[in-house]
Amino acid sequence: MDHLVIARSMFGTTMGFHIIFATIGVGLPLMMLTAEILYQKTKDLDYVIMAKRWTKTFGILLGVGIPTGTIAGLQLSLLWPGFMEVIGKVMALPFQIEIYAFFIEALFMSIYVYASERIPPWARISSLILVAIGALASAVLITNVHAFEGTPQGFRMNGREITDVDPWKAFFNPTFFVSAGHVAMSAYTTGAFIVASVSAFKMMKHPFGSRVFQFHQKALVLSLIVGGIFSLLTAVNGHESAQKLYEYQPEKLAAAEGLFETQSHAPLAIGGFTDKEKREIKGAIEIPWALSFLAGNSFDTVVTGLNDFPEEYWPPLYVHTLFNAMVGIGSLLIFLAFGTLAWRFLLKKKHFPKLLMWIFVCSGPLALVSIECGWIFACTGRQPWTIYRTLSTADSVTTSENLGLLFVLFLIVYAILAISVSFVLIYYFRKNTVLKDLTAAKEKEVPLFGSNS
Amino acid sequence: MSDSLLAITVLWGFVFIYAIMATMDFGAGFWSMVYINKEKTRATNIANRYLSPTWEVTNTFIVAIVVAVYSMFPTAAYTLGTVLLIPGSAILLLLAIRSAFLVFSNIAQEYRKPLTYISGITGMLIPGILLSVLPITHGGYVNFHEEKQSLDLVGLFTSGNEYAFFTFALSSTLFLSSLLLADYANVSDEREAYRVYRRDAIILGPISLLTAVFIMLTLKHDANWIYSKMMDDFFLLMASLFFFIIGGIALFLPSWKNPDVKGRPRLAIISITIQYLLASYVYGKAHLPYIVYPEVTITSAFTDPNSFHALFATYIAGFIILFPGFYFFWKLFMHDKKYLQSPQTKK
Repeated sequence: MDHLVIARSMFGTTMGFHIIFATIGVGLPLMMLTAEILYQKTKDLDYVIMAKRWTKTFGILLGVGIPTGTIAGLQLSLLWPGFMEVIGKVMALPFQIEIYAFFIEALFMSIYVYASERIPPWARISSLILVAIGALASAVLITNVHAFEGTPQGFRMNGREITDVDPWKAFFNPTFFVSAGHVAMSAYTTGAFIVASVSAFKMMKHPFGSRVFQFHQKALVLSLIVGGIFSLLTAVNGHESAQKLYEYQPEKLAAAEGLFETQSHAPLAIGGFTDKEKREIKGAIEIPWALSFLAGNSFDTVVTGLNDFPEEYWPPLYVHTLFNAMVGIGSLLIFLAFGTLAWRFLLKKKHFPKLLMWIFVCSGPLALVSIECGWIFACTGRQPWTIYRTLSTADSVTTSENLGLLFVLFLIVYAILAISVSFVLIYYFRKNTVLKDLTAAKEKEVPLFGSNS
Repeated sequence: MSDSLLAITVLWGFVFIYAIMATMDFGAGFWSMVYINKEKTRATNIANRYLSPTWEVTNTFIVAIVVAVYSMFPTAAYTLGTVLLIPGSAILLLLAIRSAFLVFSNIAQEYRKPLTYISGITGMLIPGILLSVLPITHGGYVNFHEEKQSLDLVGLFTSGNEYAFFTFALSSTLFLSSLLLADYANVSDEREAYRVYRRDAIILGPISLLTAVFIMLTLKHDANWIYSKMMDDFFLLMASLFFFIIGGIALFLPSWKNPDVKGRPRLAIISITIQYLLASYVYGKAHLPYIVYPEVTITSAFTDPNSFHALFATYIAGFIILFPGFYFFWKLFMHDKKYLQSPQTKK
């Protein structure tokens, strides 16, 4: 492999691994907060147990999320010194503010977990709100850097010389809010469906109507409500994201849709593969006029095709598939959530069919696949640039050689972390069953958070 | 004060705070491993009680330092990023294993021992490699040729100076953390644990001082420019030594409240912190104006002034927002008798 490809694979692997934990790390606190508030309102002990068990999960996942996030932050400088030199001069604000968000999350997470029995309920809820805000802000701010890479502004660059820097203008770049919103909403969706997966799996393992079954059913319904709301918001926001692509990075939109000819009344291609040689898309279902409408809210909108860009500016064409996978899974999750809630509350059915249960089990992992596809699409779709039309990826990469061995070492460490975190999660929840928590919660003398470790 | 000097002062402040917090953090992890089989002394217990709520906050500081470097001195970040690829990656790999296994060891009780061993040992290597960054910035092992810069790893690891910094990092980590844990045990009324950590501090103090002298001796040969500039502040170095002696004496004085307990750990920890503060001030001042000698200086590497002003505004805003949080945190975990004297380590 050549140097640039190894550097990209190495950083891509770090990010791909980290975002699993980062996404759940943003999504779960919202679920914890919802459960904690429901408990304070209804005094139903099931909810406090949910909050406790999700907090434990969150704490275990942080054990991997924090170090991999540290790796991601530092590897940026180690692998992409050319890029970080520009970012340091122009776009340091989000990184700096993100540090404050990290601190808020770390301080109040420790307070919520290790001091929960010594602080009053309002302080528990406030701590949790601050944890959720800290987690969300980190995601929003790092996405801001990503948004800047696609739609840079607030500086001028001649060769290596950077002038006319306006850091706040760079901060409020045109796609900041849309991209950050997309990442936040999709993280909440994912957090909810991860809970749905586990709950559904547990429901199938326990007899219908048993105490544990009811507990998990409550969690499932809660997660479907949260997941439904946020998957819908993700889609609405995703539509806006696509329109921003049309406006600012037209070749990325063209590659996502496999569109070669510039045209009005452009069709929307679903599925299929893009053929670079023949410059056409093969095996796709085409919805006439739809792409034009999506891009500019009118069928007359002219969408620029790849042919109008020099070939060296084309992103890799497989991004079409990634884009489809992301949108496809997102749509499935919306139907799954609302369909099930209608089945349960409008048709008042008590039983969920077995097939539906298995779809629930898959929904969490599928949401993560969608997140991965979305990120890979967003980052490879920007190639060959790290900063769109300003700094190329080749000019950003480190000049230090022999990355191969380091790449292997990082792969090994990620494998160790992945295996050990799964092992620890399984071990912990096998030892501390819902039933045990229920008994502990009923006997008030036994503190819930400290009772089992 | 010029902007670049202000910036490097802020950065130095971060580095110092992190250095103190990190030595406590990695040291506590190590002691928790050393005393894991001596349950009666509760020394492990005390170490964990300190470590569990604080490691995340400490970890955030290392990210804060890296962000401060590239946001205030982006050109230095370019050079450092390039030459630190190998040592930086080593730190990251160790840090990943250390943090994860620290968390896991608290969750999976039955596997506590092996997990604690892994996190304790990996944790002890990190300060050593972290401090190796300093001899690298002295420039002797960095090759500058035009656009390309590289690190002479063989040269670095065959120099006495590198090992002086490495052993200084290890002994300081153990010294400062045993001192802090002695104080923590004392406040928690854990007599046995206090006795253990006080003894460790008394043994490790002189060792850490010896390694510091070893640094000066090797610096004279390896990076004479910084050695001679440090010697210009000989008086401050002596003042630093003076506080070391005060700290040592404090460990032998009878306690205020309870005359049969030996030592005043709070006084000791304050004077030892002043000792390190003075010494690192002298080192930092001598290092100026270079970030990486002799090519990268604080003025050549400085960011765009507009960016710096915006950043500085967020520093102030951030401080105002975070201060109450830090205070609340300190009160709950360092000052609350209910937490410090709880019958069992809370998870």
